[in-house]
Amino acid sequence: MSRRELAADQPANFAFNADYLARANRIIAKYPTGRQASAVIPLLDLAQRQEGWVSRPAIDVIAGMLDMASIRVLEVATFYTMFNLAPVGKNHIQVCTSLSCWLRGSDDIVRACKERLGIGFGSTTPDGMFSLAEAECAGACVNAPVVAIGDDYYEDVDGAGMWRILDAFKRGEKPAHGSVTRRDGSAPAGPPTSLTDDPTKPVPKQDLAAAKAAYEQAKAEAAAKAAQPKT
Amino acid sequence: MLSDKDRIFANLYGRHDWRLAGARARGDWDGTKEIMAMGPDWIVDEMKKSGLRGRGGAGFPTGLKWSFMPRTESDRPHYLVVNADEGEPGTCKDRDMLRYDPHKLIEGCLIACFAMKAHACYIYIRGEFYNEASNLQIAIDEAYAAGLIGDNACGSGWKFDCYLHRGAGAYICGEETALIESLEGKKGQPRLKPPFPAGVGLYGCPTTVNNVESIAVAPTILRRGASWFAGIGRPNNTGTKVFCISGHVNKPCNVEDAMGIPLKELIEKHAGGVRGGWDNLLAIIPGGASVPLLPKSICDTVLMDFDSLRDVKSGLGTAAVMVMDKSSDVVACIARLSAFYKHESCGQCTPCREGTGWMSRVMNRMVRGEATLPEIDTLEQVTYQVEGHTICALGDAAAWPIQGLIRHFRPELERRIRAYRDAKVRAQAA
Repeated sequence: MSRRELAADQPANFAFNADYLARANRIIAKYPTGRQASAVIPLLDLAQRQEGWVSRPAIDVIAGMLDMASIRVLEVATFYTMFNLAPVGKNHIQVCTSLSCWLRGSDDIVRACKERLGIGFGSTTPDGMFSLAEAECAGACVNAPVVAIGDDYYEDVDGAGMWRILDAFKRGEKPAHGSVTRRDGSAPAGPPTSLTDDPTKPVPKQDLAAAKAAYEQAKAEAAAKAAQPKT
Repeated sequence: MLSDKDRIFANLYGRHDWRLAGARARGDWDGTKEIMAMGPDWIVDEMKKSGLRGRGGAGFPTGLKWSFMPRTESDRPHYLVVNADEGEPGTCKDRDMLRYDPHKLIEGCLIACFAMKAHACYIYIRGEFYNEASNLQIAIDEAYAAGLIGDNACGSGWKFDCYLHRGAGAYICGEETALIESLEGKKGQPRLKPPFPAGVGLYGCPTTVNNVESIAVAPTILRRGASWFAGIGRPNNTGTKVFCISGHVNKPCNVEDAMGIPLKELIEKHAGGVRGGWDNLLAIIPGGASVPLLPKSICDTVLMDFDSLRDVKSGLGTAAVMVMDKSSDVVACIARLSAFYKHESCGQCTPCREGTGWMSRVMNRMVRGEATLPEIDTLEQVTYQVEGHTICALGDAAAWPIQGLIRHFRPELERRIRAYRDAKVRAQAA
């Protein structure tokens, strides 16, 4: 388990803006009547998108919207690691250091981030532009090492590449996310080893009528067998 | 080797249009109404005949799981929940299906719901997959607009709603009952079973939780026939599988191939071989972080399927192959996984909450050799005291990698302990 607590400094109040309030109501409508508590994670996420983090007043507002006890929402906010319980940088950087990424050099990525930004894990740069966190498996292991900046994954990164990405962000640019080597998704680099055929070429389909007839016949036979007296 | 015509995920790499028009051109949503007209019983029977075993890790037969749902609707609605909370270290197959082949999943959800008499499906996707969720939501909206899902899905008369639900970063929510708890708006802490979700699941209603891949392959199986799918692979380990190959290989990749492909062939054909050649191989974790590692001697010949890997005391898990070459510090690799489980334990059961922390601390000392020889046995005993003594399998998953390490690399652990002790003695003598 990881220890997670609310920030000491809390704002006086919180309110969703009109756009996010409309989105929140659309989300609540996805769940059956009386089950609106299901929307708690999406709503906390919306609050975080609006404010950058999840504050105590936001928790109370969401509890009111979903007819939940505030403690239940607090429980959820502290359980799930994607919720920032204190302000983070404008660009929140999460470096995956789990096994696949570590085997392919996530230590270099961590070093590049720490050196270029001058901060460690759990800290934010003084200008509020960047914060750094260590992430457990990002789920993009064949494109390791992986770094998430905000909602976007940067994949197949090395130390020098990380330096370049940070430089671009510092200049106010937003480099294209995905594989920095520009390979197609999770395909092996170089010549393809599969999926070279035209994908629109029709494949043979089974004869459903024949399948249905065979199924009915088998069922009838089984029923007849079951009806026979045991000898 | 599998040929392209037998590959289900033709757009695994996103080289083609992932939206509705492209999906239809590749054969998705083709004759869905006719498949549904065959009836729920036939669909479940055909899924059983295909031999498909769940692709989320446990390998439970999918058709059988579907058949556990109540046969008739009562006042409690039925639900399908799709587990897209992919986070097992090494695993990234569902991600490609979600972002590049979302219509396969949505069509599968419709058919599975119809077979289990459910009118609603929730797809629980991990929160970090923001862009993937965005693609999937676009695909869901397209399917509604085209009448493929909704009040009269595909013109079948069946009402079907499909909802996307984003999680918020908790590995434990990949456990089916934790996922249900999370979907209900609670902390993701697993429930005791029984009752099983098919009896009491989401909102106390009959629920089936399936992995993305299990659902996404269903339409193709039904279109092409159970016998086609069952003809690939080996008995009891049929069909195709998307493998994730990461770590010390020349070309890490995801690839769909036949179940039962030799591990060595998989790596050499698709991933460009082990870095520095096959002889530079140290060990492989064949099925995601939870399964015990295998030394090279076993990797030389083992086949990639459920039964073959079980026979060598490992498992297929999610088919995420993590390769470690001889430059790797294998003890540190397993210690990294122990740290992962410590971080991800939900804290509900004492053996796991305390055990994962204890095992992680001891593993960190083992990396340095800062231990005594009998402590290896103590560590192993503790893993067996965690395994099987918790509500969910996270405790087991934390125990198995360490057991595998001790089984295959005990001499390395002993060597480090002696080296550390000798260095200390020398330092004291100096």
